[in-house]
Amino acid sequence: MHTLFVMFLEFFKTGLFAVGGGLATIPFLMDMSDKYGWFSQSELANMIAVAESTPGPIGVNTATYAGVTTYGIAGGIVATLGLVLPSYIVIVAISKILEKFRENKITQNLFYGLRPAVAGLISVAAFALLKTTVFPNLVLNIKALVMLLVFTLLVLSYKKLSPIAVIALGAIVGIIFKI
Amino acid sequence: MKELFKLFLIFAKIGSFTFGGGYAMLPMIQREIVDKNGYATEDEVLDYYAIGQLTPGVIAVNVATFIGMKRKGLLGAAFATAGVVFPSVVIITVIALILRNFMDIAWVQYAFSGIRIAVIALIAKTIITVTKKGVVDKFTGILFALSIILALLFDLSSVIVILICAISALCYKAIKEGK
Repeated sequence: MHTLFVMFLEFFKTGLFAVGGGLATIPFLMDMSDKYGWFSQSELANMIAVAESTPGPIGVNTATYAGVTTYGIAGGIVATLGLVLPSYIVIVAISKILEKFRENKITQNLFYGLRPAVAGLISVAAFALLKTTVFPNLVLNIKALVMLLVFTLLVLSYKKLSPIAVIALGAIVGIIFKI
Repeated sequence: MKELFKLFLIFAKIGSFTFGGGYAMLPMIQREIVDKNGYATEDEVLDYYAIGQLTPGVIAVNVATFIGMKRKGLLGAAFATAGVVFPSVVIITVIALILRNFMDIAWVQYAFSGIRIAVIALIAKTIITVTKKGVVDKFTGILFALSIILALLFDLSSVIVILICAISALCYKAIKEGK
């Protein structure tokens, strides 16, 4: 079978079975590395590091990177398409069901419980980010802490500030103060 | 047709400024989808996140598919999904093909550290909004705390945390309404 086709199938499988977000795709990528040798484990570690820093969803970034490493630009497109297609199919189906049962009592009760859970999980995600930036290797980075306090104050006081402006400012401050 | 391209462009913009995974995308979604274009309400976005967490695939992609589907059906979902993925494919392809050592450049690292801190500040604001939406009474307050404890202290996966909260809410409502 053509490598591109095998890649599409492997990434489709990943998209179909990796539940819980981008990082859940990593074990599947490790399997691909073992099974086909498209990329080495250390290349994979590098891909994840790049995927976590660059813009875009981590799962998509990693898939594109793995695809490009294996088979150039076509590989990147095929891997990404394979990863995204199952989501598309599943969500389209769920979305249709959801519209039908939106006003249903059980659906309402379900979301009553899901919303605080998502709020909690977002807090945990922020905490994990906080740990790696302000306390890298469990040592306090004073510059990062000060910057975080200033930025949080800024974001909370100027509610109309666009996230893009805040991110751009973050990059500039990061370069100037060598955060 | 016009709205389809708009969906693509809005999600490409969101994809370009998502640093650090699906949850980091929330401030951009709130700004572009809820505040600026009114494509979905805050509650709906939260619901999509919860479902996106439970269903296979990358959360950011799942949320984009949901919103596209809601606006313009199958085609809308396709354009929104293509949009959120597009910047990743372009940026990562360039990095993988040309800028292999991109992440080793000192000022790039400083810029990304700065961006990560800016993202935490943005998420902090989102957490406040989302918690106000999710925590509406004593029981949802308990679920919020429970989800943080389960994810942070017991290191349970988001999928399990969401399932536990969903089942608890259904049981709680059943008992309460049964009386």
